[in-house]
Amino acid sequence: MLECETINSFYGKAHILNDLSFSVGAGAVVSLLGRNGAGKTTTMKSIMQIVKPKTGRVRFLGQEIVGQPTHRVAKMGLGYVPEERRIFTDLTILENLEVGRQPARDGGVEWTNEMVFKIFPNLEERQNNLGKALSGGEQQMLTIARTLMGNPKLLLLDEPSEGIAPVIVEQMATTILKLKAEGVTVLISEQNLHFARIVADRAIIIEGGSMKFDGTFSELDEQPDIRDGYLSV
Amino acid sequence: MGLFIAQLLTGLANAAGLFLVASGLSLIFGVTRIVNFAHGSFYMLGAFIGYSLMQVLPGFFGFWASVLLAGVAVGLIGVIVEICVLRPVYKAPELFQLVATFGVILVIQDLALMTWGAVDVLGPRVPGLKGIVRVLGEPVPQYDLALIALTPFVLFALWYLISKTRIGILVRAATQDREMVGALGVNQAWLFTGVFFLGAALAGIGGAIQLPKGGADLLMDFNILAAIFVVVVIGGMGSLPGAYIAAVLISVLNVFGVTYIPQSTLVLMFVVMAVVLMVKPYGLLGREEVAGEHGQVGEPERPFKPAGTQGRLLVGGLLAILAFVPLFGSSFLSVLVSDVLIFCLFAASLHFILGLGGLVSFGHAAYFGGGAYVAALLVSTVGAPMEVAFLLAPVGACLGAVIIGWLCIRLTGVYFAMLTMAFAQLLWSLVFQWDEFTGGDDGLVDIWPAPWLSGTTAYYYLTLVVGVGGIIFLRHMAHTPFGYALRASRDSKRQAEATGIHTKRIQWAAFAFAGAMAGLAGSLFVFSKGSIFPTELEIARSFDALIVIFLGGVKTLSGAVVGGASLEFVKDFLTRFEYWRLTLGLLIIVVVILAPDGIVGSLRKFGERLGVLRGVEN
Repeated sequence: MLECETINSFYGKAHILNDLSFSVGAGAVVSLLGRNGAGKTTTMKSIMQIVKPKTGRVRFLGQEIVGQPTHRVAKMGLGYVPEERRIFTDLTILENLEVGRQPARDGGVEWTNEMVFKIFPNLEERQNNLGKALSGGEQQMLTIARTLMGNPKLLLLDEPSEGIAPVIVEQMATTILKLKAEGVTVLISEQNLHFARIVADRAIIIEGGSMKFDGTFSELDEQPDIRDGYLSV
Repeated sequence: MGLFIAQLLTGLANAAGLFLVASGLSLIFGVTRIVNFAHGSFYMLGAFIGYSLMQVLPGFFGFWASVLLAGVAVGLIGVIVEICVLRPVYKAPELFQLVATFGVILVIQDLALMTWGAVDVLGPRVPGLKGIVRVLGEPVPQYDLALIALTPFVLFALWYLISKTRIGILVRAATQDREMVGALGVNQAWLFTGVFFLGAALAGIGGAIQLPKGGADLLMDFNILAAIFVVVVIGGMGSLPGAYIAAVLISVLNVFGVTYIPQSTLVLMFVVMAVVLMVKPYGLLGREEVAGEHGQVGEPERPFKPAGTQGRLLVGGLLAILAFVPLFGSSFLSVLVSDVLIFCLFAASLHFILGLGGLVSFGHAAYFGGGAYVAALLVSTVGAPMEVAFLLAPVGACLGAVIIGWLCIRLTGVYFAMLTMAFAQLLWSLVFQWDEFTGGDDGLVDIWPAPWLSGTTAYYYLTLVVGVGGIIFLRHMAHTPFGYALRASRDSKRQAEATGIHTKRIQWAAFAFAGAMAGLAGSLFVFSKGSIFPTELEIARSFDALIVIFLGGVKTLSGAVVGGASLEFVKDFLTRFEYWRLTLGLLIIVVVILAPDGIVGSLRKFGERLGVLRGVEN
């Protein structure tokens, strides 16, 4: 579904992604693991074309997307949930969802307010509240809900467990598994190996903007030097 | 009582046009964060286009059709401006776009002159609404009543569009975080264009709708500019109901002001704005502006370094050439170079608070003109020797800056800019109207330098030494702990405070220092001309300095000087031609698009790409 081929991305002169290649198959939940500063967020942004890779290719559903404007990439079916959440704090929950809403694409599911409220019941109760009145966990749910309204085929989740209460993290894991059951493909970046193991089928480890490992979690457990070397334990 | 009501109604009717234009400005600012100086030009175009349409479309419906069509036409012109001029510079540093819109003003001025000529046109009366209605015995035009009745519907329609429709929701979301809106699949480029269309169309309608009450002339673009900014700021940037309340407030007060305190008319709205901002720093219905919340902070500032050997040699060489100007050049050239030097010092002093301090002042002319007036008044009223007056001018300007700075420094961003402009305008009107003391419009004349400095050559060297010395001093201050603290306060208020910097006090001191240096420039100015007029305190003078800083490169130390010198020389050359505004405007737009980091900033980047400039910067 998604193939990244030797992408190199920069912030100004800083070389962040270094010949990074990996792919995500349809229906899978893949976790992108690595320390702070390993390049996880830049990878997400490079896929969304918020950061334009200098070289390399990113193909989504067989189409080259490097150089396309971000909104077009989103329209093709890539849903992005940024790490900083970035909900529209001056808009109500319903309005936030409206911003994310897109018409269904060729016979796919069309998410409605009711459907996302079924997954995130808290949001329904507070649907007319302003975004800034929400707690951190609720904001995190709203970003995911908002992105779902665009009927993504592939969801990019940037550190969804970061900075929210343990109870909510559990809820988040359940949610991701639910989405998987709905047929949504997910690429999730994480520092938390435990969380990744619960939700994901596969682990990709990056460090210094390059891939260090790609395989299942049991394969990862067989290589403790990699696991402990590249992930803070 | 009848008169009172009649005046109230006139005020409300005047508010209609003002609100339409201001709401357009507010919308454009709210979404694109562009301070659109060309908004007054859209208003003027609406009036002229509406006028032309009314000549061919007869009758009651013809009038209203003309108003709407004028709006559509101006909206489309706005779209052209947005796509051709602004899109290429959205990523430039904040407020840079205002330079581009300044270029648009100049272009539209000359295009309007070519199309409609320099004659003022009188607006037609509206068929069917030509009469008057007696209210408590006082005559009130029917058209005024129509406008009063119409405005709330316009307000409601706009409010509905923004708060209830999908477009409005997207617009509000983009106001907050446009990148995120894009990541959700919305083409925000077209959203911006749409908002620009609507904003410009509202200005156009505002221009056309006031035709029966006034007319159209080539000065109306600048004449309304200050008023609409004041309305938007009093109401709170981005708030439509706020803009309506403010438009009513200003218009009604103005009508009463004209009747009861005629001297107040020039400043009334600025007084109101100053009072409102001091009580409510974000306008009546505005909300706090948080720097960088709109995801357009841009790339980080590069560290400033003292000039390297190459740079020093270059400047030294340039100074040597300047020193020889009176010996080899004509006296005309000496005067031109002095003018440029004085202007550069003025611009550099503004750059000190704007570039290093991040404080955008729209009223810096107050200290330039203020310094000049202090010197002139000392000479003309108490007969002070020139040397004393010359040295006291910056002191006076500094004092003024200390007081005004104390009142303004609590505000930030555009609100700060507007309050500084309000005080500059207050000073201007004080000077303009206090005939006995300041000479009013006639200015003060016969302010000549001491005998040992009179003569073009002697004064040229004084200007060279003081002007260049001042610029170098300003530059030196950037590399002192004071300069570091100022930049720290600009970049991260919280972290600066945490390291023990009293950010507001530092900014206040910088404001006062910049005021003093502007006063020094004013002092040089008044003795070089021998006279001073209120024009040196005008908003236009403040904008001159502002424009050249962005043109030169706000993020560079030499930007103000390079921008100032380039613009002055180009202007001197271009003003010899008939349509010089068009040429200059286009030139500014081209520079803005080709060099979004300003002349110096972009040249430096270009040089670095070629590999020539590495040694200088690193």
